[in-house]
Amino acid sequence: MKIFVCAKHVPDTANNITVAGENAYDDSDVKFILNPYDEYGIEEAVSIVEDKGGEVVVVTVGKEAATTSIRSALAMGANRAIHVKTDVQFLDSSLTAKALKAVMEEDGAGDIIFTGKGSVDTESFQTQYRLANSLGIPIVNDVSSLSLDADKVTVTAEIGGGAKQVVELSLPCVIGATKGLNEPRYPKVMQVMKAKKKEVKEIELSALGIDVFDKKITMEKLALAPERSGGKLLEGSVDDQVTELVRILKEDEKVF
Amino acid sequence: MTQAMIRTGILIEVENNLVKETSLGVMTAAAGHEIYALVMSDDVSVFKDKLAEYGADYVVSIKCVEDDKTSPDLVAQILVAAIEEYGFEALLGTAGAMGKDLFARTAAILGEPLISDCIEVDVEGKKVVKSHFSGKTFATLKVTGAMLLCTLRPNAIEPLPSSAEGQVISFEPDAADPGLMKIVEVKKDSEDKLDLIEASIVISGGRAMKASENFKMLDTCAAKLDGAVGASRAAVDAGFAPHTIQVGQTGKTVSPKLYIACGISGAVQHFAGMKTSKVIVAINEDKDAPIFSKCDYGIVGDIFDVVPALTSKL
Repeated sequence: MKIFVCAKHVPDTANNITVAGENAYDDSDVKFILNPYDEYGIEEAVSIVEDKGGEVVVVTVGKEAATTSIRSALAMGANRAIHVKTDVQFLDSSLTAKALKAVMEEDGAGDIIFTGKGSVDTESFQTQYRLANSLGIPIVNDVSSLSLDADKVTVTAEIGGGAKQVVELSLPCVIGATKGLNEPRYPKVMQVMKAKKKEVKEIELSALGIDVFDKKITMEKLALAPERSGGKLLEGSVDDQVTELVRILKEDEKVF
Repeated sequence: MTQAMIRTGILIEVENNLVKETSLGVMTAAAGHEIYALVMSDDVSVFKDKLAEYGADYVVSIKCVEDDKTSPDLVAQILVAAIEEYGFEALLGTAGAMGKDLFARTAAILGEPLISDCIEVDVEGKKVVKSHFSGKTFATLKVTGAMLLCTLRPNAIEPLPSSAEGQVISFEPDAADPGLMKIVEVKKDSEDKLDLIEASIVISGGRAMKASENFKMLDTCAAKLDGAVGASRAAVDAGFAPHTIQVGQTGKTVSPKLYIACGISGAVQHFAGMKTSKVIVAINEDKDAPIFSKCDYGIVGDIFDVVPALTSKL
């Protein structure tokens, strides 16, 4: 079984983001990590291969520095990686999907493609759908459990209101992983060392015939989200505080 | 300068024979344009008046076999057919679990750009505002594709009445399920709970809840507020609450009118999931908890005293 895992190199959400100019951010002081949702995909892929044999290939579209996230994925047990190099952090999701498709076709089709349910930087939640559509294969996103049979996978995905649906997909397919699917392993030092020797094939985005300027969404402005400056603490006994809170919510804020 | 009328389709979500409030907010976002409210139902008579009241020029009754096992691939094909039939220049929906999934499928079929989970939209300018970096920044994005496809964060835009004719038209799409996947079962919660993402009031519990049975206290309060219950990651990881109600990074993003955080310290990752709430109230025993610096109103006290007292005043 051959499994691809799409992994993205993203700013750690614990960072403070500094906006630079009108529509960019300064990433010089920002720590980058493997996108948290992608870890669930890697863990699932590695577990399946440990059980049934085969290989796990990580595919990353990202800047040179994405190597660190690729090595993290390899340390978790993926066998090798393909790095499509770009100069930009914000690549259009349709271009990313095109790049992923191109390298997968060149490398040889996979039986399952895992992605995270979304990335924590641009939060656009769609690259995996475009990839599945371009390959003509099914996709279920937000998957929190999975079982694999000979020629199909059965997954559980949340559909809102606490309800979940159980879906059967034929192979090959794309699965968008989320929390609950598994507990991603924490690599041991030995595995981190080994990962340094694993194969990472590098391809320039332009070599795939993809033009970064061929995008349909432009960021005109990037600004820090307004922060609250500090809450008004209510005073008095519990009863006084609660009474005042209810009055404020009703009369001043009119939330009910 | 008068604005150009943009022919806009709005995917309407309904529940228990009522139009969801969040869908009315999406119509408000496109107010002033030519609005086609798309309803996946043979019979739209129960929805027509409400949709007209909130600005629908047309109410499109889309004939399809719609049950909870209908493949989302088929529904996406139907949306594509509707776009072609009516020549929409914009298609808007709600960024709930269903809308996000459906719009991503639709955008992939069309090969058009999609912006998910927007908090503001300018239909004419094809511009939207959405959060990036887990809510730390707001990005203004302009779409240069043929059409504007976007989903709006539930409750981001307050519904405002804007009377229109609401002329009913019916549409029988020529669409087929590609048959790539099959929904075999839908598992619902034992009780019919309000969708956390769409709720206009959310009360969440953190590690200080101490045990899962204590969440009943929040359920009682939420029931009085007609709200939903959420939890912090710490509470979920401790096993007090299911992941389906986790608010924050690796959980859900909510944007209610009122968010009440009970015994939640206020990690950056938690704020990522609730910072666009209109009013944030924090209840915490620790007066130095970071949440007090980023909320609107705070009560320093034991949640097991404060929450029941609050419930009794509602």
